Amino acid sequence: MIPELGHFALILALTLAIIQTLFPLIGATINKISWMLLARPTAIGQFIFVTFAFFCLMYSFVTNDFSVLYVAQNSNTNLPLFYKVTALWSAHEGSMLLWITVLSCWTFLVAIFSKSLPLDTIARVLSVLGFISIGFLIFILTTSDPFIRLLPNFPANGQSLNPLLQDPGLAIHPPMLYIGYVGFSVAFAFAMAALLSGRLDAAWTRWSRPWTLAAWCFLTFGITLGSWWSYRVLGWGGWWFWDPVENASFLPWLTGTALLHSLMVTEKRGAFKSWTLLLAICAFALSLLGTFLVRSGILISVHAFAVDPTRGEYMLKFLFSVIGISLLIYAWRANKIKGSSNFALLSRETLLLTNNVILMVAMATVLLGTLYPLILQALNLGKISVGPPYFNAVFVPLMMPLFFIMALGPQADWQQMPKKALLEKFWLVFIAALILGCALPYLFTGTENLFATVGIGLGLWIIFATLQGSYRLHKKVNLKNISRSHYGMVIAHIGLAITLIGITLSSIYSVEKDVRLAPGQSTHLANFKFAFTNIAALTGPNYTGFITQFDVTQDHQLMATLHPQQRFFSVQQEGISDPGISKGLFQDFYVALGEKMDTDSWAVRIYYKPFVRWIWAGGILMMLGGIISVFDKRYRKQSLKKIFD
Amino acid sequence: MRLIKSVLVILLISISCKCFAENKMIYSFNNNSQQQQFDTLTYELRCLVCQNQNLAESNATLAADLRTQIAEMIVKGFNNQEIVNYLVNRYGDYILYEPPVMKKTWLLWFGPFILLAVGLSVLYIAVYIIRRRENKLSEISTIEKQKIKRILSAMEE
Amino acid sequence: MIFIKLIKPIIPLLILISIGFFLWRGLAINPTLVPSALIDKQIPEFNLRNLISPQQTLSKQIFLGHVSLLNVWATWCTVCANEYPVLIDIKNTHLVTIYGLDYKDDRQTALRWIKKYGNPFAKIGFDPEGTTAINWGVYGTPETFVIDKKGIIRYKVIGEVSHRIWQRILLPLIEKLQREST
Repeated sequence: MIPELGHFALILALTLAIIQTLFPLIGATINKISWMLLARPTAIGQFIFVTFAFFCLMYSFVTNDFSVLYVAQNSNTNLPLFYKVTALWSAHEGSMLLWITVLSCWTFLVAIFSKSLPLDTIARVLSVLGFISIGFLIFILTTSDPFIRLLPNFPANGQSLNPLLQDPGLAIHPPMLYIGYVGFSVAFAFAMAALLSGRLDAAWTRWSRPWTLAAWCFLTFGITLGSWWSYRVLGWGGWWFWDPVENASFLPWLTGTALLHSLMVTEKRGAFKSWTLLLAICAFALSLLGTFLVRSGILISVHAFAVDPTRGEYMLKFLFSVIGISLLIYAWRANKIKGSSNFALLSRETLLLTNNVILMVAMATVLLGTLYPLILQALNLGKISVGPPYFNAVFVPLMMPLFFIMALGPQADWQQMPKKALLEKFWLVFIAALILGCALPYLFTGTENLFATVGIGLGLWIIFATLQGSYRLHKKVNLKNISRSHYGMVIAHIGLAITLIGITLSSIYSVEKDVRLAPGQSTHLANFKFAFTNIAALTGPNYTGFITQFDVTQDHQLMATLHPQQRFFSVQQEGISDPGISKGLFQDFYVALGEKMDTDSWAVRIYYKPFVRWIWAGGILMMLGGIISVFDKRYRKQSLKKIFD
Repeated sequence: MRLIKSVLVILLISISCKCFAENKMIYSFNNNSQQQQFDTLTYELRCLVCQNQNLAESNATLAADLRTQIAEMIVKGFNNQEIVNYLVNRYGDYILYEPPVMKKTWLLWFGPFILLAVGLSVLYIAVYIIRRRENKLSEISTIEKQKIKRILSAMEE
Repeated sequence: MIFIKLIKPIIPLLILISIGFFLWRGLAINPTLVPSALIDKQIPEFNLRNLISPQQTLSKQIFLGHVSLLNVWATWCTVCANEYPVLIDIKNTHLVTIYGLDYKDDRQTALRWIKKYGNPFAKIGFDPEGTTAINWGVYGTPETFVIDKKGIIRYKVIGEVSHRIWQRILLPLIEKLQREST
């Protein structure tokens, strides 16, 4: 009964979405207020029905309803409750339902937090969001229905969840990513509303900025979580593989970061409006592209969902229509966009736009690398692989100039920044960063290392310059007048610097070793001794296996105790190795069990990874910076006022 | 086309591919540089059975066989390029995670840097042109203002 | 100047169309298929013991002078079982010689298999370690190579040889190769 209700709710949601799309848009064009007023209620209605459908599926999972095909494919009675819930988005159909639920939530939030917007604007924005909903609802109802039933012969138990997915980090990583991706649809909708109305002043940028920030925060968090998860669970000490699906989430992030900075220029100075509009369209286009790539079977990826060409076809057609139509509208209105831009070659505007160029080139590079094998094959030019060696070799140098100017931008004046003033502000910090960058690798390891110097130097440069700039601002300006956005910027930029330093140090100074050890034996790595001290049988809710103990010592002083495990899941007949990791602020010790080699000894993989936590700490800081900026008083005053009125 | 695809799916299933189960031998080398050579090579070569893993991580039988082959070649003294050539001659460029630099990958390797140079140039030229135009416009309007002033003062006389 | 002004707004659309084109083509391509690197190249080494008479060693020579197929198979490979009757049908047409490469198998199990299901192969090379297979760029089973009279590999079927593939691809190719001179 419940699954049928869920299915029906989706159909109702589709009907509401159609009304939500057509009436407000036409109403805005012919200025019919009663039609425009339909936007908010239909958006709220759609949200209610879609969320209801989502909870219907959730109910089926929690009550072990294996008559629902999707539940039978992904769950099992011996699965812990937490994973029964997260299994909902572990495969294609459920993840699409999650997508549309997140979209309806964003739509709902836009509908209620927009009282200060003109009616025709909100009508158009919700209409665009409705159009996207229609596309996805039809996709779900025709090709990816999670509510399909296996009556009358349904299995007594299900195929359970892939053991790798039975991890808390992995459980919340998809919802966070989706909230991020899908959130860019709001920026897209605002951009389209501006284009459709012909009102291309800077107001739309002010409205869309908090929404874009919020989406960006979630995307940052989702990517950070994914990276942290793969390090913790996969057993190879890696945290980024340039896998096509990872790249698919990185592309909107790069574009979103560019968009955030570009919105700033357009909002404050009214400059480069068409570029910002394009970025908003591009960010959302890349979100859709990512959704397409994972499900189409076009690329090989460890993340890819089950391959089905019909799904891929539909998604591609949908992506093409949505973005194609929006770009046509853009081309139509392009000449009406009047920019007022008069700024010098050295000014904050130019620095921000340089940031944009670099980010978009980086984005294009990742896109090119991901699609290149496909391009060559489609042109019958043979088959190649483009993997981490390529991306590391090309992406990293591209980003270097960005890290450098990142420190200059916030402190440059709008319109014109005299070269002398710039030099005066920064020479001391520059020298400090340079010296430390050269000295630190030498002090700690006894040898120089160019890459370490560049990485540390740039990271410290960003931190020092940003802090110095903030300090100067506090001296010049009253504390009351410093916006939260400023603190958001400081924290986010420092976060990126910390990630940079973490990446540099852990990439250069990590060491690893494959050995064969029996309990009682030990081995050495870096300056540490890893001793295999204990082993015991292990039983979990849906697995059995072994748990071991490794003691890490340095000069007879105990640094850490690790418990790597080997787990065997009976339902799926699959085993995983759960590494033992000791988390430290400045280093991680990491031990992963391999196969049991004979009666006693095990194949063991040992890593020493310095500063690897900094990578994710930086990510969290970036997210925090974004959150703080969202709560900038400029954005809140308006909406709070309206709510209380 | 669909037939071929479904056949291939069956093919992949028939290859015993327990991609995440553990089934590795330990290769120990006498010296560090050989170990490093082995690690570098196995990380940068793709497993053709479990195609989203490299040779180091994959537990497919083919990956194990290729690792043994690579280990033997390293001990015999072959260098990285020779081992890579050996494998590429048999399996094609696809086995290499680092795309070789050849005519058909020039766009891939050089494109990004060219794009960066072009993008920055376009940006700076655009900024320069717009600024010059705006300055000219404000100049013109100043000249016009002065003209009007003179005409007005002439009219007053 | 006017030209640039006209073109500028359409550039993003053009980019979308080109990316869309490649993605569209991509839907028709199977990403896991690895094309053979040995097409139009001489056959690699083939020094294997004969599965049935192990005192005999086979060599590259067996492929020269006529058009032949080399089928890589194993008893543990379930798809090979599907393909086997098709191979026997092909053998019975007497249009081409089929050689076998028994990949990473157990000799006794293989011999029992042949006794039970028949033998479409003129000769079978036994490759228990898989090293010869690596030389041929084999990455899974079954795979079938088409070799011409001069000993050059002209085509590779990855996956099962079905009747459809025989009729549509292999038969026309073999007839064409038969017409070529030695």
